[in-house]
Amino acid sequence: MKKKVDAVIIGAGPAGMAAAVSLRENGIKNILLVDREPVAGGILQQCIHNGFGVHHFKEELTGPEYAERYIEQINKNKIDLWLDSCVIDIENNSKNSKTVVILSKERGISYITAKVVVLAMGCRERNRGNINIPGRRPAGIMTAGTAQKLVNIYGYLPGREVVILGSGDIGLIMARRMTWEGANVKAVIELQSYPGGLNRNIVQCLNDFNIPLYLSHTISNILGNNRIEAVEVSPLDENFEAIKSESFTLKCDTLLLSVGLIPENELSIKIGVKLDPVTRGACVDKNLMTNIPGIFSCGNVLQVHDLVDFVSEEAKNCGASAAKYINGKLEKSEEIPIRKGNLIRYVLPGKIEKGKPALLSLRPINPAENLYLVITTDTGVELFKRKYKNIFPSVMLRINIDIVPDDAEFIEIKFEK
Amino acid sequence: MKKELICINCPQGCNLEVEFDKEKILSVEGNNCKMGLTYAEEEVFHPVRMVTTTAAVMNGFIKLLPVKTSCPIDKSLTPNIVKEISKIKAEAPIRLGDIIIKNVLNTGADILATRTVKKNV
Repeated sequence: MKKKVDAVIIGAGPAGMAAAVSLRENGIKNILLVDREPVAGGILQQCIHNGFGVHHFKEELTGPEYAERYIEQINKNKIDLWLDSCVIDIENNSKNSKTVVILSKERGISYITAKVVVLAMGCRERNRGNINIPGRRPAGIMTAGTAQKLVNIYGYLPGREVVILGSGDIGLIMARRMTWEGANVKAVIELQSYPGGLNRNIVQCLNDFNIPLYLSHTISNILGNNRIEAVEVSPLDENFEAIKSESFTLKCDTLLLSVGLIPENELSIKIGVKLDPVTRGACVDKNLMTNIPGIFSCGNVLQVHDLVDFVSEEAKNCGASAAKYINGKLEKSEEIPIRKGNLIRYVLPGKIEKGKPALLSLRPINPAENLYLVITTDTGVELFKRKYKNIFPSVMLRINIDIVPDDAEFIEIKFEK
Repeated sequence: MKKELICINCPQGCNLEVEFDKEKILSVEGNNCKMGLTYAEEEVFHPVRMVTTTAAVMNGFIKLLPVKTSCPIDKSLTPNIVKEISKIKAEAPIRLGDIIIKNVLNTGADILATRTVKKNV
């Protein structure tokens, strides 16, 4: 099948759906939203716990409820949604023409020509291979998200004696979920000296069930032949080396990994989208457009977010920019770079425009206390200053700059006493 | 008496310092909003939690229906409520917000569907 549209959006999770609705609200009629799963909503459908939407909808929702609000908007706006359909390639024909190649059981192979493409493929979990855990390779080792899908979507409990490596939010949520379903969660092991997930999840997912959290520990060996039988847990020294003399063994039949997320950018790489080595998402400008004109990126494929609310906000902005691009109205004033100062792990976007407002997302390198976040221009003008009692790498900060001065050559962002 | 708590009402997770006697809260520090005060009072005297789990669904296009309690319930009852919900077999079609169990275990809370499930045709 061959077809012409204004915009193709790849991925119908929270980012893709919000971008599609935003494109429509900005007057773009001919939109195609594509997802490889049989239902829209992305990962939200398996996140059955509450805690979503506090910022965006001003009420607390579960994942499926949050998804359904956007699915309703997709339906109401009659946005064309192809499910069970996988994008296998994008071709960059010209500034205003891309061809998206889609495979599906229903339609076979389709070639869709679009003026813009919005990348909204989300992210995937890091696995055992990404973190090199030594030991045998028995069954019973999986990511926390895989376990979440087994329990919440398919109705299988993947194990009864569980150890969780990594204290990211999905791992913590699964500690509670597996406990409620009758499993015995023995421990959560965290490499860093601080938890990876939100404070509230430490309280309601671990403390409520007396599940111990071992900070500055790692799994130094996996034991078992057919099925995992035990893990060896070791404390870490200041160089993150396992202190084997102090290690201990935990018996288990399941090991869940909650050790970080990686934006799923295989399609983006294939077409030549430039990636940031820190975020592993695309390098984008203030309009969330990549280095390839007409290709935009938003949500977890751009940067891994903590909260879906901010994914929706980012995708809405992205959809608005993409609509302007389609109408030939996406103007660009002169761009200046942002320099990363003290304690800044990354800041996105990497460049902002003179004489315009800007929205920055950033994360610190380490946890720290009682610091000011300061943004200044090279000409010495202070654009932003706010005190933070606590900062954590697990908590993304979002900063609005009212207006970037016309005479600045760069701005610097840093934490200071 | 003094106690350190972490508020669970929103993703900020404020660190609270709560001072209380046998009957009432005397002071709360560290909260960034009003929800922190309510949380401190509840957490000290009668802790409550939301329960989110799944129930089996018959004739639906999916096998499991995600559900939640209509309001937070007594923390000590959470395992019993999960067990109670696991006995249910809901029948599609189901709409988001439908009551699956009314006044579950006399807590005053209902169990609500959190997803629309169409009939499998």
